[in-house]
Amino acid sequence: MERKYTVGSGLLFLLIAGVIGYFIGLGIDALIMKSVRWTAPVPSAFALLFAFTAFFFGVYGYRGITRGLVYQVVWTLIGGFIVTGIRAARGLSVFSGFFFTEPAWVFGALAGAVAFLFGVGVMDDWVKWARGIDTPEHHEDEPGWEKYLGVSLDHKVIGIQYTITALFLIAVGGTFALIFRTELAASGLQFLNVDMSLFGQNGPQLYNTLMSLHGMIMIVSILLGISGIINYAVPLLLGAQDMAFPRLNAFAYWVSVPASVLLLMSLVLGGFDTGWTGYPPLSAKAPVGQQMFFLGVFVAGWSSILGALNVIATVLRMRARGMTSMRLPIFVWASIATSIIALTATQLIGLSFQLVMFQRLFGMGFFDPAKGGNPVLFQHLFWFYSHPAVYVFVLPGLGVISELLPVFVRKPLFGYRWVAMSSLGIALVGFLVWAHHMFASGMNEYLRVPFMYSTLLVAVPTGVKFFSWVATIWNGKISTPTPMLFVLGAIVVFLMGGLSGPPNATVSVDLHLHDTYFIVGHFHDTIFGGFVFPFFAAIYYWFPKATGRRMNEFWGKVHFWLMTPSFLILTFGMMRVGLLGMRRRIADYDPALGFDFTHLILTICAFAIALSVLIFIVNLFHSIKHGEKAEGNVWNSRSPEWQVPSPMPSHNYEQPFEVVGEPYDYGLPGSKYVEFIPARGGKH
Amino acid sequence: MRHFVVVGILVVAVAVLTYLGLHTVGLMPVPASAQAGPIDWLWDLQIKAMTFLFALIVVPMVYSLFVFRRRKGDTSDAEHIEGNTTLEIVWTIIPLFMVLGMAYIGAENLAETRRVDPDAMVVRVTGYQWGWTFDYPDYGITSNELYLPVNRQALLKMESRDVIHSFWVPEFRVKQDLVPGRVTELRITPTLIGDTYKVRCAEICGTSHAYMEAPVIVVEKVAFEAWVAEQQALASEAGQTPEGRGLALVTANGCRACHSIDGSGGVGPTWFQLAGSEVPLSGGGTVVADDAFLKESILQPQAKIVAGFEAQQMPAYNFTDEQVADIIAYIKTLK
Repeated sequence: MERKYTVGSGLLFLLIAGVIGYFIGLGIDALIMKSVRWTAPVPSAFALLFAFTAFFFGVYGYRGITRGLVYQVVWTLIGGFIVTGIRAARGLSVFSGFFFTEPAWVFGALAGAVAFLFGVGVMDDWVKWARGIDTPEHHEDEPGWEKYLGVSLDHKVIGIQYTITALFLIAVGGTFALIFRTELAASGLQFLNVDMSLFGQNGPQLYNTLMSLHGMIMIVSILLGISGIINYAVPLLLGAQDMAFPRLNAFAYWVSVPASVLLLMSLVLGGFDTGWTGYPPLSAKAPVGQQMFFLGVFVAGWSSILGALNVIATVLRMRARGMTSMRLPIFVWASIATSIIALTATQLIGLSFQLVMFQRLFGMGFFDPAKGGNPVLFQHLFWFYSHPAVYVFVLPGLGVISELLPVFVRKPLFGYRWVAMSSLGIALVGFLVWAHHMFASGMNEYLRVPFMYSTLLVAVPTGVKFFSWVATIWNGKISTPTPMLFVLGAIVVFLMGGLSGPPNATVSVDLHLHDTYFIVGHFHDTIFGGFVFPFFAAIYYWFPKATGRRMNEFWGKVHFWLMTPSFLILTFGMMRVGLLGMRRRIADYDPALGFDFTHLILTICAFAIALSVLIFIVNLFHSIKHGEKAEGNVWNSRSPEWQVPSPMPSHNYEQPFEVVGEPYDYGLPGSKYVEFIPARGGKH
Repeated sequence: MRHFVVVGILVVAVAVLTYLGLHTVGLMPVPASAQAGPIDWLWDLQIKAMTFLFALIVVPMVYSLFVFRRRKGDTSDAEHIEGNTTLEIVWTIIPLFMVLGMAYIGAENLAETRRVDPDAMVVRVTGYQWGWTFDYPDYGITSNELYLPVNRQALLKMESRDVIHSFWVPEFRVKQDLVPGRVTELRITPTLIGDTYKVRCAEICGTSHAYMEAPVIVVEKVAFEAWVAEQQALASEAGQTPEGRGLALVTANGCRACHSIDGSGGVGPTWFQLAGSEVPLSGGGTVVADDAFLKESILQPQAKIVAGFEAQQMPAYNFTDEQVADIIAYIKTLK
């Protein structure tokens, strides 16, 4: 009889393996350090790896993701021991307070990440081809939820895998935020104080680690979140059967899983205290957790680059007949713009982090002034990706806003061409603005003015979007179901982010604002308005397409009305204290500044947001089975995916379609966007 | 047409009221430097632009939600309006000139905050994990507090000993990073007497980044000269005794940023009643804090780690034997 896998057995395994892993780690740590250290990094690292792996074993058995994780754990250890052996043979130090030495950890972690990919099975077809064995073009997925835990080549499955992973990381990053937000509720150190110790870090160090990881985990979750929506929606919008390279698509998703594990490993391996930016020389001195962080980002970068490549190829080659560039769904334009950036800029963050890794491992002095290196060079390389990255995060979200607005106001998207081109405009100008993060950095002073000009130019295409959205809404026939509420919320919140931007671009004012909570408030507005709100809108909107059921409207509205005001108060409060002298990335603040009350309010708002997201997650999983049935064109949309019944069949459209009109011609009697070609009619 | 008139009036009203509201609340800290003047002026201009644009987008949106909402039972589509090229050109060109104008004003404004006074007083600022030291080369004194005479430009020449830090006094507005391996400069002209300002490190620099603060005191020229004379007298008097020289070394190297002298907690062990006491070591055992132990702890901090301070990485210092003896003499006075 076949074994029944459930979440319950997963949790049971998680608990048992966690305890076993902890005591194995404790024993190893005691052997090396010759004293029993209950809260040391090594037992926690083992407990984390064992528990994580065992959970999936309990849920799913030894295949797919479980096998990947087992491979990752085993090869991390093997890789570590290989380097340790070489070090022993050369008479170098063999073990450290983190069990392995730093080079052993880095090599082991890299080996583990590669091994994961073989373990999970995403390399299987390529390995077979290399050995001259043919494989079928398509692999049929098993029915039910279990296909999501193993390798699938279906873009819809991969899209949902991305989305769920993104939600998981949002929950993790959000939990970190709640922890340090609680610490900030009053001045003085409450529980993250100097006397506590966890994972080899005292309170302020743990604060720094959680704050830094919050940043990077959220960034990775955003990259996965946009990949989720793009993967799910773009082939459907184009009328394609799948992405251009389905195996590469699966690879791009699965490579993000070991990357996420590496990021979490950095928490228990001593952490790091640099913020997500990882500026040397500080990052050259931080504990080994810094290396896990660098490596995690490096590996996650592959996901972004390969995913973007696939999107561009798919849009260029796989559009339905008649889908000319000015008849592309607007979300596809946004996906193209974001993919151009992700494909060409992501290398720079990988490179800058890799250089610091090499500085630490091999003593190369890239950024070490004592060896002729230049710490400011790192910032140039880092921001050359990390500023355009912001547009990678928000362009798909702005695309969702433009895609959904016409459906709910029953009017064409105002100035389609201008909105489409403004995405490309933002993407291109975005490449020329990176040094506005460095006005106070000590870079050449004469560079500051040209970068002020280029940065302010971003306001122009962004303004075109805002004006076009307002003109779309104007005189419409507006209805406000949950997805539309989130679209409207996105516009308002993104507007707050947009308006608080130009002061940071003007150099003199930025010299006051730089590295304060004003910036923290500003970018949370841009990211929530440009990603989080549209992400929720997209999930509420396309959920019936994926499942044939609707998410609960009432709880959707509770989610919206709890999150939006809390979030606006949160970011206004952040900007307020920032202007008055609250610096970024501090575990504690001077009580003389009088910020205690404001911070208490901010903390309460943060918990309200967390509660609303919890409501969303419960609603999401509950609605999969118990939601109201919605198999037809729920939103009365013109878009092709809504012209066929939900849930979408596994190879998408049974009949190909041809584009015969404009995508958003709502209100034009008798017009259609697509027409299905009768069977046997023409090639796809 | 009626809709446009109503919305137009509402936009102006909301913009004006929002601006007045923000203006009344007050957004910036007290301006206390000549550099704060132009910055606050530009900020105010930007707030005006922001409130106007806020109203321009939000008012028509909210208005539409109420006036153009779908009536019950109505399933028809709205009017088919695809766009308006003239409008699109207008709302591309006008913002383009607005941002170019803003950039031009911004450049002028930046130049104003950087105006050079040839008589500026030079202060050498050193940042380190986690504290500040201020040297006055004209007067030959060193302090852990930044004393500045009012209405005289100070030229800060800043260096970092370890990682990147950033010099920021919110009331002075301007900010500048300290980068290892180079000297960065910042000009500040204090205009408001006060002793509650603080320089606060604005670039994350490790465990105690939050506490990397130092008092900034702005005084009349006469009071400043008195302070200088007092410091010079103290310094020359201190130079006569080992513990005095030790104190000067401790000040110049910022030791007290981590080691308290009154028994309170800190990043490192306190020096209060340290000499001669029995110190618990990490990993068990104790050691008597005699001269040999103190010397070792200064020159090779990782050799013996005091219990509870395992997570800290005190850098090794290259003092001469004489200097170490002076510092130990100073530590011995703390009982």
